[in-house]
Amino acid sequence: MTLTIENLQEIAKTETDVLESYRYRINVCVAAGCLSCGSDAVKASLEEEIRRQGKEKACRVRAVGCLGLCAVGPLIDISPLNVAYQGVQPSDAPDIIGSLTGAPVSRLLLPTDHPFFSRQKKIVLENCGIVEPERIESYIAAGGYEALYQALRQMSPRQVIDDVTASGLRGRGGAGFPTGLKWTTVYKAQQADKYVVCNADEGDPGAFMDRSVLESDPHRVIEGMAIAGYAVGASRGYIYVRAEYPLAVERLRRAIKQAKQLGVLGENIFNTPFAFDIQLRLGAGAFVCGEETALIASIEGRLGRPRPRPPFPAEFGLWGCPTLINNVETIANIAPIVRRGGDWFAGIGTEKSKGTKVFALAGKINNTGLIEVPMGTPLREIVFDIGGGIPAGRRFKAVQTGGPSGGCVPAQFLDMPMDYESLKDVGAIMGSGGMIVMDDGACMVDVAKFFMEFCMSESCGKCVPCRVGTAQLFGILERITAGDAKIEDIDTLKELCDLVGAASLCGLGQTAPNPVKSTLRYFENEYMAHIRRHHCEAGVCAMGKAREDTA
Amino acid sequence: MTSNASIPPKPRTDVNPARIYTLRINGREDETILTVARQNGIDIPTLCHLDGLAERGACRLCIVEIQGSPKLYAACVTLVKQDMDVITDSPRIRDYRRKILELIFSERNHVCSVCVVNGNCELQNLAVKLGMTHVRYGYLNLTHAVDASHPRFSLDHNRCVLCLRCIRVCKDIEGAHTWDIAGRGIHARIISDLNQPWGESETCTGCGKCVQVCPTGALSEKGKSVAEMTKRPEFLPYLQMMRKEAEP
Repeated sequence: MTLTIENLQEIAKTETDVLESYRYRINVCVAAGCLSCGSDAVKASLEEEIRRQGKEKACRVRAVGCLGLCAVGPLIDISPLNVAYQGVQPSDAPDIIGSLTGAPVSRLLLPTDHPFFSRQKKIVLENCGIVEPERIESYIAAGGYEALYQALRQMSPRQVIDDVTASGLRGRGGAGFPTGLKWTTVYKAQQADKYVVCNADEGDPGAFMDRSVLESDPHRVIEGMAIAGYAVGASRGYIYVRAEYPLAVERLRRAIKQAKQLGVLGENIFNTPFAFDIQLRLGAGAFVCGEETALIASIEGRLGRPRPRPPFPAEFGLWGCPTLINNVETIANIAPIVRRGGDWFAGIGTEKSKGTKVFALAGKINNTGLIEVPMGTPLREIVFDIGGGIPAGRRFKAVQTGGPSGGCVPAQFLDMPMDYESLKDVGAIMGSGGMIVMDDGACMVDVAKFFMEFCMSESCGKCVPCRVGTAQLFGILERITAGDAKIEDIDTLKELCDLVGAASLCGLGQTAPNPVKSTLRYFENEYMAHIRRHHCEAGVCAMGKAREDTA
Repeated sequence: MTSNASIPPKPRTDVNPARIYTLRINGREDETILTVARQNGIDIPTLCHLDGLAERGACRLCIVEIQGSPKLYAACVTLVKQDMDVITDSPRIRDYRRKILELIFSERNHVCSVCVVNGNCELQNLAVKLGMTHVRYGYLNLTHAVDASHPRFSLDHNRCVLCLRCIRVCKDIEGAHTWDIAGRGIHARIISDLNQPWGESETCTGCGKCVQVCPTGALSEKGKSVAEMTKRPEFLPYLQMMRKEAEP
């Protein structure tokens, strides 16, 4: 039996009808953030309470994906009441169920007109917190797999690519390469076997965008990959996901199985000759495997080490075949683009950066969590309006974007629009979307040291500049923070940054000096204070003098 | 040039050594910049490259500039293309190469005066060639063990530059795959079999190819004292030629 559009619509209708037969839908976030503070127990106690009060016919508890405001989890959301609760504990269940007909439980209430929610624009995360990630029917009820149908039955591969090109979508993994161009290269490659790879090896410290998408809306990724496969002429796909995301792995496995059972993966999808199959590959904890050539080597079962490019994977990738590698967030943008057209997407964002961007807010910020805003949203709005500002009345100092490959954006650029070009101009990068906010208690030399230590321990060791250069850089930073450095060390630091950035083999090494370069650019005075006066303004580093005094 | 000075002379590209032009024969365009440069008498320093072994592009000493690109390219793995304008030697490249060499020297213990290959060492020769007189970076002082469990050879990790020639020759030429690499980054090191002592390796054929291709004193023959060990990596292209001739 082949799946038809009528089947899809029927599944969607049944699902909607069933949901609407319940007077109240209680959506409990079961993404990693809320799960880690016990949302599964909350869910169980809510279900039990409903049974106890005999309201099984009126209430349904749904396990949904990330609701965004991870800082105050576990979160639940009750529709159609438009009531959201924060920090819910299992013991709150009787009050919550009891209050359904009356006034909401005020002590748990999370205002839904909170700027954290009202200032966002969701495309990638539009299903997060709405669909049940473990049920394909729920995804279909939200319009899922319609874009795949549309692409396969009503569009040629060329048209799909034209739409993606017209959308202006750029790679969300960090580099911002135009997605349409990448697809075109793979499409044009003259080889029978091609592959689509989804890069879900998210490894930047403080970044959890891809994790949330995979945990909250895995079918979105599968649909995007199938559309990509159709467009470039690939019939097999791999999702390379890190093993440190067990929940994402489990939900992807389940989603792939459901998709195969239903027929949106497999042979003759939607009664067309198109066949597509997806397999999972787990990364074993090496940051460098997020680099595309290392990722390919790892999928092939070889040592996860990068190789020089060119040849680029689009021409010579997995097992020597043309391979399309896109990041999770990039792929999650595909279905909406196909459904609503490239022009719609191009209407959002700035001139050169289209669409929205998901950011993971972490560090010294009140509303830790996951947000999605149009490209070009000013940093100030993200940090102070959506993010709720800096806790404990401290002063904003800088925000680190792009993780260990990125740089810091200091306070003078708070009104800067967040897009690829603006970030690059100030010496940072968009990166995958991790945003670590730092207050005046952060020592920028220490921050640079942290990221350099990360790069040093994650360097694969293949090329000399990265292997030895990062170790040398870390050694100098360690001396500076210990108050043992000489003024000449700053020159060596700059010189090594230049060498490692220019001569390293892959992106890891080429971008490893960025945190040092950008902190040097804006906070050189802090470096100097450490070296000259053995003074750490933030009081983070135990300096030579202080150490001697205590000795 | 004797012609009218107002007409800019057309450069004779065929004799300009900085420009490498290639042609395609039977659809093949697979010569690397390094190969073409060496065939034309242009020297590019290398360390991990060895004629007869698969390329890695890892030591970064053979970096070259290609006009029109801000990036640097490893000559050993970059294929020549029509109209490619390559610069194999410039103050910037020379400076980088010397610094990369300094980094290698700072990583482990490369004290020539007590080394078996003193005077016959590729790393030492490179330092002389690139004018590297001293190391300005702090020594990392990583201490590594010496594996002298093999009856005829010994492995001193402290001299190793991780060029991985030994791994490649053992895997691709000898077919034994005794050597491999463990750990990553600064902690990466060569291991035999499943990290066993070399002497207990069940796969090692004792052919000694790894010792001959090793550019430094990391792999050496036992019984050799300071400066007594000489390496003969020239066997490799010869061996491959003979093998090719023997093919039916």
